[in-house]
Amino acid sequence: MIEFSRVSKRYHGSLAVDALDLVVGEGQFTVLLGTSGSGKSTTLKMINRLVERDEGEIRFAGRDVRHFEPQDLRRRMGYAIQSVGLFPHWTVEKNIATVPQLLGWSYARTAARVHELMTMLQLDPGRFARRYPHQLSGGQQQRVGVARALAADPEILLMDEPFGALDPVTRAALQTEIGRIHRQTGRTVVMVTHDLDEALGLATHIVLMNQGRIEQQGTPLEILSGPASDFVRDFVGRSDIGIRLLALERVAQHTRTGEILPGEPLLSHNTLREALSAFVARRVDRLPVVDEQGCPAGTLHFSDLIDARHDAR
Amino acid sequence: MALLALALGMPRLGPLFSALYPELDRPIYQQDSFVDLLLAHIAMVLGSSVPAVALGVGAGIALTRPWGREFRPLVETAVAIGQTFPPVAVLAVAAPLIGFGVRPALIALLLYGLLPILQGTLAGLATVPAASREAAQGLGMSTRGILWRIELPLAAPVILAGIRTSVIINIGTAAIASTVGAKTLGSPIIVGLSGFNSAYVIQGALLVGLLAIVADQAFERAARRLGHWRGAGTAV
Amino acid sequence: MPPFSQRKHDRVLLALTLLMLASLYAWPLLTWAPNRLLTGHALPWSRLANGWHPLLWLPGMLLLPAWALRPRRLVWLATALAAAALLAGLCGLAGAVAAEEAARTPFGRTSFGAAFWSMALLCWLTAAHCLTRLFPRHSSRSIAHLLLWAPLGLLLASGRMDELSVLKEYANRQDVFDDALWRHVQILLATLLPAIATGWPLGLLAFRRPALRQALFAVLNIIQTIPSIALFGLLIAPLAWLAQTSPWLARAGVGGIGMAPAVIALALYALLPIVRSMVAGLEQVPAAVVEAAAGMGLSQRQILLRVELPLALPVVLAGIRITAVQTVGMASVAALIGAGGFGAIMFQGLAGSALDLVLLGVIPVVALAVVLDALFSFFESLLEIRP
Repeated sequence: MIEFSRVSKRYHGSLAVDALDLVVGEGQFTVLLGTSGSGKSTTLKMINRLVERDEGEIRFAGRDVRHFEPQDLRRRMGYAIQSVGLFPHWTVEKNIATVPQLLGWSYARTAARVHELMTMLQLDPGRFARRYPHQLSGGQQQRVGVARALAADPEILLMDEPFGALDPVTRAALQTEIGRIHRQTGRTVVMVTHDLDEALGLATHIVLMNQGRIEQQGTPLEILSGPASDFVRDFVGRSDIGIRLLALERVAQHTRTGEILPGEPLLSHNTLREALSAFVARRVDRLPVVDEQGCPAGTLHFSDLIDARHDAR
Repeated sequence: MALLALALGMPRLGPLFSALYPELDRPIYQQDSFVDLLLAHIAMVLGSSVPAVALGVGAGIALTRPWGREFRPLVETAVAIGQTFPPVAVLAVAAPLIGFGVRPALIALLLYGLLPILQGTLAGLATVPAASREAAQGLGMSTRGILWRIELPLAAPVILAGIRTSVIINIGTAAIASTVGAKTLGSPIIVGLSGFNSAYVIQGALLVGLLAIVADQAFERAARRLGHWRGAGTAV
Repeated sequence: MPPFSQRKHDRVLLALTLLMLASLYAWPLLTWAPNRLLTGHALPWSRLANGWHPLLWLPGMLLLPAWALRPRRLVWLATALAAAALLAGLCGLAGAVAAEEAARTPFGRTSFGAAFWSMALLCWLTAAHCLTRLFPRHSSRSIAHLLLWAPLGLLLASGRMDELSVLKEYANRQDVFDDALWRHVQILLATLLPAIATGWPLGLLAFRRPALRQALFAVLNIIQTIPSIALFGLLIAPLAWLAQTSPWLARAGVGGIGMAPAVIALALYALLPIVRSMVAGLEQVPAAVVEAAAGMGLSQRQILLRVELPLALPVVLAGIRITAVQTVGMASVAALIGAGGFGAIMFQGLAGSALDLVLLGVIPVVALAVVLDALFSFFESLLEIRP
């Protein structure tokens, strides 16, 4: 969907992005991960030409992005940022309708789309459609921001640390939301973050950047289980790699069916990390598991957590 | 309304003023009707403020575009120094240079009125959140679209505050403009002051003061309507 | 847009230089009239080129290519010096030409033309543009400005410009001028001191009691809205009545016209910026700082004196600066109700259509405002920079 070849960008003489080669696959959830100053944001903004590259080539849908009018290009890509940037003088519905209006959609089509998106992002249209941004909480504002980015059904969604300014609870809720939207719609997403857990939880493809170069890329499992350099090892955290690996797998994958135990159960879509926490907190070595409907599904053994790590390799 | 009523009804107040100032033969200013003076006054303020708004807002926009940004510190310095000039001084210098009458008054009012409007425009555009601008650009709005649909509406309350200051100052300066031979509501004041006719002075001063307050209230109402998206209590 | 330091040339300087050339082309530098009542006509360039006079244009020649040089400190310094030298040279030229003309026709008047005033403005802007880049700190910039323009003051004091018409006008009316200056300063002080003495406590009170604040600002805003000439006019009647009914007030100078109504009106105007700056200054003191002070056991009074007021001081000073500049300007309108000051000279000039006399009133008013503004800005900048 998007291909970078030998792309460089300089700011005041120093390289922000250095001869970058990168392929963003169709339908992938690609996360550009790195510390501040690693060039990840610059890389993202070169896709929709908010930043113009100095060297190399970036292709979108097979054509060099420079062959598009910047505005046409951007209208085909959704864009959400950390500071949200809602237009304070427009209502929620008008904000979401920004790009459909730019594209000249009919009123009815726009209204239907706004309604659909607000529902998808769990903003009750009856309550929120006519509010102004200053009347919303931070989390609600970012929901509107994401809805606005998705409004005209863009071919790709670009997000620059969209959840960076939110409190942990709201952030987790929105992460779940965006993961669900990605799975449901199969849309290509490119997201920038410095939060490793966010990347591990959402990405199908992680690109770990450092000083304008790609340090390592691959699936979350590949990054965690085979760090390619000391930098990667430090970044993913030497001491808690194991815990993070557990976070990549679900209880359902390791439940032993047939056994039924009494007591407070785990949910089958919990991660193994959450299961570990429950084992330690309750000082037991096996726990009952129920599925999403609440029916007993079996038990999880403490020893299976270690097997799970083993399987992962 | 009250303003118009006072302007129309001033001659009826003759008995009142003759009671207050029994020593005056003609207690009501009669060289021109108060309605004419009021209209002339308003015409002079509008005639200078409308071009001042166009120029001031235009210059403010130009100075915040990439190609004009370089000139901004210089213009800001010039505006700051310009504002230490009293409006009367501008008027007083313009008259001997351009000639007496309405023209120097209009030019002086325009020049002086520019400054608060330009300042308001610059300040207003500075209040536009960078994130809104980046988001608008990222969503594919054109530069012109961003200016007209995002920047100017967001800056409007502060720009309006600048225009308000400018218009209120101009209402006052227009009154003084009668010293350079323009007919305005200041004429009765000046005539009264030079002829020791306090009644004239009060009549003119009442109308000028009322005009300024009415204009100010109108701006207040407009500001509230413009700022509705900000919630209550954030008027500048 | 490449950052400033990477630009090859300075478009601002280019624009200023072009404006200088245009104003020299379009307008006369100096005008001459056979006597003080007639309108002047342009002095031909040939009259400005006697003997060593062309040498005074030398700094201008230096200024011409400045925009094309790569912007760096040396260029800015040289440009600022050249601009100041050019203006000083023009003043010297004007003085010398005026002296020559005076020797030829004793009643003739040589005055500054439009090009001189615009050159003065443009030279000043050029220097300001360069000094802003040389000295990012406001306080050092103020000192640089002072050093740059001091020679002009010396030139004026040296008497070399005395044959110019404005200065002749000054020489003719020196005592009137001095009276006006004294009166203007009197009005300024008599306005500011009581306004501050009431405005600061009012501001403090308004800060503590929001209900009072709303009412107070509503009233002060309305006063500020009424044009000065109208307020002066409206005060005539009640004050005249007061003077009639209580003779001791009349003896103290209170009356419908004169300085008393002027000072009362001006003080009323001054209240709004003074109260507002006090409230704004106190409001911008971070709540955390006040809380920390309270947490360390400072009393309310100690918090006010040691924490809140010192932190509010820069904003409060800015309020005084704005008020002082505003009062200097409005005080000239007060001449209409017989308060005197430079406004009296200004309006006398207007009545007689004598530009020189108008300028004799306007220039000191503007100079007074500019000096006050610069002085207070300097104090403010000293307060703000505390690394």
